[in-house]
Amino acid sequence: MNDVTSATAAKPAIAVHRGPTGGVLAFNGNSVWSMYRFQMVRFFRTIGESLATPVITTALYFVVFGSAIGSRMAPIVPGLEYGSFLVPGLIMLSIFTNSIFNASFGIYFPKFTGTIYELLSAPVSYLEIVIAFVGAAATKSVILGLVILATAYLFVPVQILHPVEMVLFLILVSFAFSLFGFIIGIWAQSFEQLNFIPMLIVTPLTFLGGAFYTVDMLPPAWQGVAQLNPVVHLIAGYRWAFFGLEGDNVFVSLGVTAAFTLVLLGIVSWMFKTGYRLKN
Amino acid sequence: MKPVLSIRGLSKSYKGGLQALKTVDLDIAKGEIFALLGPNGAGKTTLINAVCGIITPTTGEITAAGYDTRKDYRAARSLIGLVPQEMHIDIFETVWAVTTYSRGLFGLPPNPAYIEQILRDLSLWEKKDEKLQALSGGMKRRVLIAKALSHEPQILFLDEPTAGVDVELRRDMWNLVRKLRDRGVTVILTTHYIEEAEEMADRVGVIAKGELILVEDKSTLMKKLGKKQVAFELADPLKALPDGLGDWSLELKNDGSRLEYTFDTTAERTGVSSLIRRMSELNIQFKDLDTRTSSLEEIFVGLVHTPKAEAAAQLKA
Repeated sequence: MNDVTSATAAKPAIAVHRGPTGGVLAFNGNSVWSMYRFQMVRFFRTIGESLATPVITTALYFVVFGSAIGSRMAPIVPGLEYGSFLVPGLIMLSIFTNSIFNASFGIYFPKFTGTIYELLSAPVSYLEIVIAFVGAAATKSVILGLVILATAYLFVPVQILHPVEMVLFLILVSFAFSLFGFIIGIWAQSFEQLNFIPMLIVTPLTFLGGAFYTVDMLPPAWQGVAQLNPVVHLIAGYRWAFFGLEGDNVFVSLGVTAAFTLVLLGIVSWMFKTGYRLKN
Repeated sequence: MKPVLSIRGLSKSYKGGLQALKTVDLDIAKGEIFALLGPNGAGKTTLINAVCGIITPTTGEITAAGYDTRKDYRAARSLIGLVPQEMHIDIFETVWAVTTYSRGLFGLPPNPAYIEQILRDLSLWEKKDEKLQALSGGMKRRVLIAKALSHEPQILFLDEPTAGVDVELRRDMWNLVRKLRDRGVTVILTTHYIEEAEEMADRVGVIAKGELILVEDKSTLMKKLGKKQVAFELADPLKALPDGLGDWSLELKNDGSRLEYTFDTTAERTGVSSLIRRMSELNIQFKDLDTRTSSLEEIFVGLVHTPKAEAAAQLKA
């Protein structure tokens, strides 16, 4: 600590020396990029662990359900191998769980270590924090989705009729579930709570969401109930992008995703406005 | 001159009903070193957190360089750096990563040369690629300081900067604070080490039970509240205080070989010369004498145990 002055000696005494001062439209690019990059650097540093688990899990699904069981099954959709049928649903499953995990952990961890103080005292808006943290988690999910898709090619024949829609849908769902995870991360006050919602709500919804079957295979009474499960529409829409099946549902799927995202945005802005579990 | 930091009517009550701060008003001048002194739980950290945006005040307004910390939070916060009391760090990251992150987070473009200078100044350069979990406690605290300095704050809060650090780091910290002041940075530090406030501060605020019970120039404070003591080393020990010395508040120590007289420097008559005269009348000889001014610590302990009104009255006296 010999000379802390030298580094800035050349600078004039600083009045406010940085860009936008408040205002709704002001956007602090340096801050958002720093937060986003910080999250992503951590992801790439542990990319092996980040990708290995979901990829291995998905590969196991293909081996067990696709090859071992699927080969003895009558096809659910005529002309489509069961293994191929599984691809969109399995990608969505991984996207749901990993988006929630990454985003919730991303904001819970600073709360846990206490480094959240820096975020709260920084000249950034809540919107900027959400864009950076949720954006980083969604980016990870999209990368993961594409890696799982590539893995699927190794096991089963895959066709993608609407590739652009497939990617857009992947991004949209990644963002929506990352936002959901972000909210869980703010809400959670312990690691147990962090796992609580994914285990208790998301896993059942996804298993009942038609990843392994189509909804019209359910008993008629349950088909109506299934329509209330948003995950059903997400998987149906995503499957449409691959196989062009259930084409009627694609707008419902987009509508459901958009509505889900809007509700989440409402919750997150309420959380920040009231400082819910972020500050006293 | 307009204050660089102005706090008006700031109060904070927590949901549980605890009132951590009761209507605090405070102005800090640019470039001064202000020490906020108080026992644990007095509201020091609450005050800092309210200024920095970490808690939401119940009432009151805060401006930094004229910018309202709520309405113009971007401008206000970009001027403020905070070194928290607790070791809030990301142990899996490197020194370099967290320091550059802090700069970016506060909206500044990268400046590796500047970050390098800070790390060198804080003796952290050798450790820049180490993960924080590998660092000692003192080093971690230096990292917290580096993070706060990385975005070139004009107002720096040091919340108990020297709690639990070794003597060397404490001395380094004091030097650092002085250098920052020379650069025009305003430093507000909280401490319960009186010697720190005495050593560093231009002004001292004493906070107790959520109330700022006094704000005063350090020297004025010490003069105003200072008690002075004269001690006589007696040639022949006394068994008891002679009756003739009953008018002075005296104490006999060291088996009667030391006679101590405590007096208030602000009183009209200190009574020192009359005491010495009386002693010679009584033929009490002394070999040596020394005088002592009471330290800020003694003043402080006296204050936090005194109700506000009384403390104010004491000051006016």
